[in-house]
Amino acid sequence: MAKVVIDREKCKGCELCTLVCPQNILVMSKSFNKKSYHPVEQINPEKCTGCAFCAMTCPDVAIEVYK
Amino acid sequence: MNKVFSRPKSLVDIPFTYCPGCHHGIIHRLIAEVLDEFNIREDTIGIAPVGCSVFAYLFFDCDMICAAHGRAPATATGIKRAKPDNIVFSYQGDGDLASIGTAEIIHAANRGEKITVIFVNNAIYGMTGGQMAPTTLEGQITQTSPYGRDSKTMGMPIRMCELLSTLNTPSYISRVALTKPSYIIKAKKAIKKAFQFQIDGKGFSLVEVLSTCPTNWGLSPQEANEWLDKNMIPYYPLGEFKNSEEVS
Repeated sequence: MAKVVIDREKCKGCELCTLVCPQNILVMSKSFNKKSYHPVEQINPEKCTGCAFCAMTCPDVAIEVYK
Repeated sequence: MNKVFSRPKSLVDIPFTYCPGCHHGIIHRLIAEVLDEFNIREDTIGIAPVGCSVFAYLFFDCDMICAAHGRAPATATGIKRAKPDNIVFSYQGDGDLASIGTAEIIHAANRGEKITVIFVNNAIYGMTGGQMAPTTLEGQITQTSPYGRDSKTMGMPIRMCELLSTLNTPSYISRVALTKPSYIIKAKKAIKKAFQFQIDGKGFSLVEVLSTCPTNWGLSPQEANEWLDKNMIPYYPLGEFKNSEEVS
């Protein structure tokens, strides 16, 4: 069981993490954060394998991974 | 549940000022992780450049100085010679290192100064609004080359790694990219090796990181990554250009 924690306020919605996720479980939120970006959010968290590719790719270091 | 990935301690917990999708943030994180892993944060002095990454002094939780445009290797030389036990790195963009600071970088490398240089090559001037840099690719459209860079009048892009690796004194010169997780892992290894060379007192080390500038390239972050893979990597091949460990 793995988990990612996304810092909504640090995310700038660049979508790079959604492209590298092998499970395709990161999508852009419809809501806005304080900077008016659509932050990324996780769907189907039970599918997460904790590979940390998303965190590695995040240019704003907004993702933490637990495993 | 254990934390397997978190923000490195050498990175201050404030949001970056970079545009969405800009690779500066990834490079900052990799350097901060290396400082954490070697446990050298307290002994490290970084030199911030002029450019988008001028605010690097806010983001790294180590001593930082901001040098005049292109003069980071000269400042680093002074600091390293005055305080040889400290770890000194400079963080420079392509407008900074390959244009106005060409003399400084070539001579610092030629003197074999025991510093580490992180060279961020995004083929354009970022902060000033997307003008042509010496590393801009042939045919690339920028604010000052609206019909594309013409090699007849503007020359060809400078390959700094190849140029510096013709010198005898540098110890470690490598070029990496960050467009996929496998490249990011390799980039971290290269940055770690560059710092290891300095810790061992071996001499000058430089890592060139191919980076995107989605805003000034006029592309989305995803398209910018694809553009880098398709256009920059063939002209700027990845790999190690100099590794004095292997020679000796």
